[in-house]
Amino acid sequence: MEKYKILEHTADVGIEAEGATLKEAFENAASGMLSIMIDPEKVEEEEESYSLKAKGRDEKEVLVAFLSELLYKYEVNDLLPKRVSISLLTDKELKAEVYGEKIDLKRHTIDTQIKAVTYHQLTIEKNEDWRIRVIFDI
Amino acid sequence: MKKEWTGPLEKIDEYRYRIPKSYKSGMRTSGIIYSDERLLTSIRQDQALDQVANVAFLPGIVGSSLAMPDIHWGYGFPIGGVAAFDMEKGVISPGGVGYDVNCGVRVLRTNLKEEDIREKVQDLGWALFREIPCGVGSTGRIRVSDSEWQEVLTKGTQWAVKKGYGVSEDIEHTEEEGAMPGADPDKVSHHAKERGRKQLGTLGSGNHFLEIQVVEEIFDDEAARIFGIEKGSITVMIHCGSRGFGHQVCTDHLVYMGRAIEKYGLSLPDRQLACAPVNSKEGKDYFGAMACAANYAWANRQCIMHWTRELFEKVLGRSPKDLGMDLIYDVAHNIAKFEEYEVEGKRTKLCIHRKGATRAFGPNHPQIPKEYKAIGQPVLIPGDMGRNSYILVGTKKAEEESWGSTCHGAGRVMSRHAAIRLTRGRDIKQELAEKGIIVHWRGRHTLQEEVSEAYKDVNEVVHVVQGAGLSKKVAKLRPWVVVKG
Repeated sequence: MEKYKILEHTADVGIEAEGATLKEAFENAASGMLSIMIDPEKVEEEEESYSLKAKGRDEKEVLVAFLSELLYKYEVNDLLPKRVSISLLTDKELKAEVYGEKIDLKRHTIDTQIKAVTYHQLTIEKNEDWRIRVIFDI
Repeated sequence: MKKEWTGPLEKIDEYRYRIPKSYKSGMRTSGIIYSDERLLTSIRQDQALDQVANVAFLPGIVGSSLAMPDIHWGYGFPIGGVAAFDMEKGVISPGGVGYDVNCGVRVLRTNLKEEDIREKVQDLGWALFREIPCGVGSTGRIRVSDSEWQEVLTKGTQWAVKKGYGVSEDIEHTEEEGAMPGADPDKVSHHAKERGRKQLGTLGSGNHFLEIQVVEEIFDDEAARIFGIEKGSITVMIHCGSRGFGHQVCTDHLVYMGRAIEKYGLSLPDRQLACAPVNSKEGKDYFGAMACAANYAWANRQCIMHWTRELFEKVLGRSPKDLGMDLIYDVAHNIAKFEEYEVEGKRTKLCIHRKGATRAFGPNHPQIPKEYKAIGQPVLIPGDMGRNSYILVGTKKAEEESWGSTCHGAGRVMSRHAAIRLTRGRDIKQELAEKGIIVHWRGRHTLQEEVSEAYKDVNEVVHVVQGAGLSKKVAKLRPWVVVKG
């Protein structure tokens, strides 16, 4: 099982993330999003961490709120989310610890600026595994 | 993910096609596409026309769901979409404005001719690239206090000019005089404010740019004279928007409006079309926040223009006044506004959504600057970095037919990855240099992603809006120095 793969779109880009549990699929979606922004190999997870909360009316809203919060922390505090550990996930809320480091332009090249997480063609499905598809505005 | 659209299109005339109301059950009106046969081939390549039909589902839509010739696929509404809604029965939708609220364009004229700066053009290019923050993650050098920050969001360009970033004539030559009424900073989230504060005075990345251009051809001598340009004149074009601020406003209000869908019993074909009645709390809140984002974008472009003038002065040793660096105009091409039109013989206020569409008021419209009353509102159309951009003017026909709207640019036809694949092994910088274009960029893949072939030919797009009578060509510009994020 691949953790995630990149999807193409005329004006934008998306990911398809998988996981044995919904939690894992959410965590892999975060990794997929990071991989669009920067080569994840270049990001350390030891330096910085923060707690994150997201809410919504259903799983999709929780997912969009979760990924949007990671983007916000990146833009405002320069924090690159290398790894996310979700401690609570329901169809209404999410709690997680995020590990990563501050962007350092000497070592980090940002390939793509993700500006927003969209609802377009957003799917969260369970077959054998959980699968998430999400498209980003770039 | 790409599949061709095969829905029904009726040809009305050479530049107009109709998606009949019967195409999907639930459509309240038809769709009208401004295009010619040639552009339709590329328009059909994605599902943008289905989105034109989806917009026709929205309650209170007045007239048809419209699409400009540079239409392409967007979130909810297509990019290039225009729709008007009744103030009582209609809706307002963040998807009808887009994430980059008040993404827009401005053009500066100068007294300079091509030959005047040939020796200095490299220096100018480097100075602009070094000094004007651009690219992924760029942060601005403007620091504002809390009280001033409120003023940025409510007064836009007027704040910037008061702070010394520009002159009062700049205000008159900006759509809405650079300050949308109705801006309410209390409706903007803390997140949006934090994202925006850091990025004020930055160009951003993607298709945004700053260009030194040369006027290549004049089509309308009278309008060109009024704008102060002639063949060989140097102009500067700035294309950017509201950065992370606008994106966060859109993200936040899509959530609030998602809740409104149930509350108001709306049935929508796509979640990205989330909307609320214009006069509801959710509708008014969105408008108040969106207007803040619009004002942020105007302040942003104003500051960038001010630095451009300073850098010309530094490099050329002549003051902006001496160089005649006057703002011709500034237009917003992602915005919702309240405007009045004749509907069934009655003057009616409507909520107009323009997403990837430019306002194009004709001569004598009360909302355009007095100098332009005789010729119509300037319409500024940015093209891709290897071809052209345009200055057009709006028409009465646009006011009568397309809610005073026209096209906004070239429109992407290829994903960024496809553009990178297409250009593998090519030296785009050299290719542009052979055409006499100097390019500066920051992002690793910017040149590949922004290659001309990734866009429709703006010349064809403009040909259609002129043919349909929605605007008139005044001048064709070609890029000389391109600065991109």
